[in-house]
Amino acid sequence: MPSLKDLKNRIGSVKNTRKITKAMQMVAAAKLRRAQEAAEAARPYAERMSAVMAGLTASAQGSDNAPRLLAGTGSDDRHLLVVMTSERGLAGGFNSSIVKLARQRAELLRAQGKQVEIMTVGKKGREQLKREFAKQMIHHVDLSEVKRIGYDNARGIADEVLSRFEDGGFDVATIFYNRFESVISQIPTEQQIIPAVTAEGGEATGGADSQYDYEPGEDAILADLLPRSVATQIFAALLENAASEQGARMSAMDNATRNAGDMIDRLTTQYNRSRQAAITKELIEIISGAEAL
Amino acid sequence: MADNMQFDLVSPERSLVSVPVREVRLPGTDGDLTVMPGHAPVIVNLRPGMVVVVDDSGTETEFAVTGGFAEINNTSVSLLAERGHARAEMTQDIFNEMMAEAHRRRKVVEEKHTAGEEVVAAAVKLLADMEAMGTHIGLDPNQANFPR
Repeated sequence: MPSLKDLKNRIGSVKNTRKITKAMQMVAAAKLRRAQEAAEAARPYAERMSAVMAGLTASAQGSDNAPRLLAGTGSDDRHLLVVMTSERGLAGGFNSSIVKLARQRAELLRAQGKQVEIMTVGKKGREQLKREFAKQMIHHVDLSEVKRIGYDNARGIADEVLSRFEDGGFDVATIFYNRFESVISQIPTEQQIIPAVTAEGGEATGGADSQYDYEPGEDAILADLLPRSVATQIFAALLENAASEQGARMSAMDNATRNAGDMIDRLTTQYNRSRQAAITKELIEIISGAEAL
Repeated sequence: MADNMQFDLVSPERSLVSVPVREVRLPGTDGDLTVMPGHAPVIVNLRPGMVVVVDDSGTETEFAVTGGFAEINNTSVSLLAERGHARAEMTQDIFNEMMAEAHRRRKVVEEKHTAGEEVVAAAVKLLADMEAMGTHIGLDPNQANFPR
């Protein structure tokens, strides 16, 4: 049975913890709003880009001289997994859920005899993956200094991926990130970026878009557009991830705050009971002492 | 025929401009072109340069873009640029950044032996276009701080 003093100290420390988690929750809420705005603002570019891409890829798909970024290298033996996580922890299951998905994928590919290489964005993912896949980790992008994710960050990652592709480093690249569904739900998602995936129903939009003339030419525009599209997809994923991270942290901290509150209630009850017990005991001692006289 | 059309300048991070205009002059990779309402639908690749937008009253507004592409149809022009700045916002600092980026690109492709001649030529052209744009708006292309 802890003494009254101990209980009092514990209540005090849990109260402090609650203050911290509450503050973190509010910071996350503010950051979440900004992250969502950024994701929203980036949408028009991405949408138009994919609309134009859909029109172009539909017509280029069949041709023999389609660029390698679209048609692929002709095999799928070597995979590059780009795993995007956060730089900070205390975000509930945010990082683990991406890592889990990536790990399952990597194990599946390995079981099929494919070669797997992993590139990580964000410290947390690297820490979790390097235990098992130390040999497969080929590159790490550190975004801990970045306050606000910009297109330049995405371009840097895309350039790295593209130059490895051009050097023949891999056949298929997939990105792993958390798609922002709502504050309480973020969905770990994998998305193939190289070779480019033609949108479902690409035929239909392709038909509507074929009214466009292309200058200089379809091939030239496609060659210019494909690397941009890779960067755009990475950028969109980074933004989704940033919003998801804040959402996950917000709900994790909300839970923590609530748990701390419950704990304080329990401890306070226990404290009051012990205090009451001590008083009762003292009274009994006095009364029985008086009776003995 | 409508006498104006919608002009949108969109960067990956946000939408920069969205206004009704009478005329747009674009720096295409194969040469400049002017778009007026009722233009045939075209998708054009752009080189780094100045985009001139003329509104209803005939006022010209200039934007510097670092390349990208434009989607043109008879009622609208959508310009997707990686970076776009109004001419008034184009300072030497911003331009230096753009130049440094272009230099870096050229260096990367030149050092890589797998890159074909066209790729190197494209990077060199990008750099030259960028320089020309700077000179056009009175900024010094040689101030950029980059590793040679």
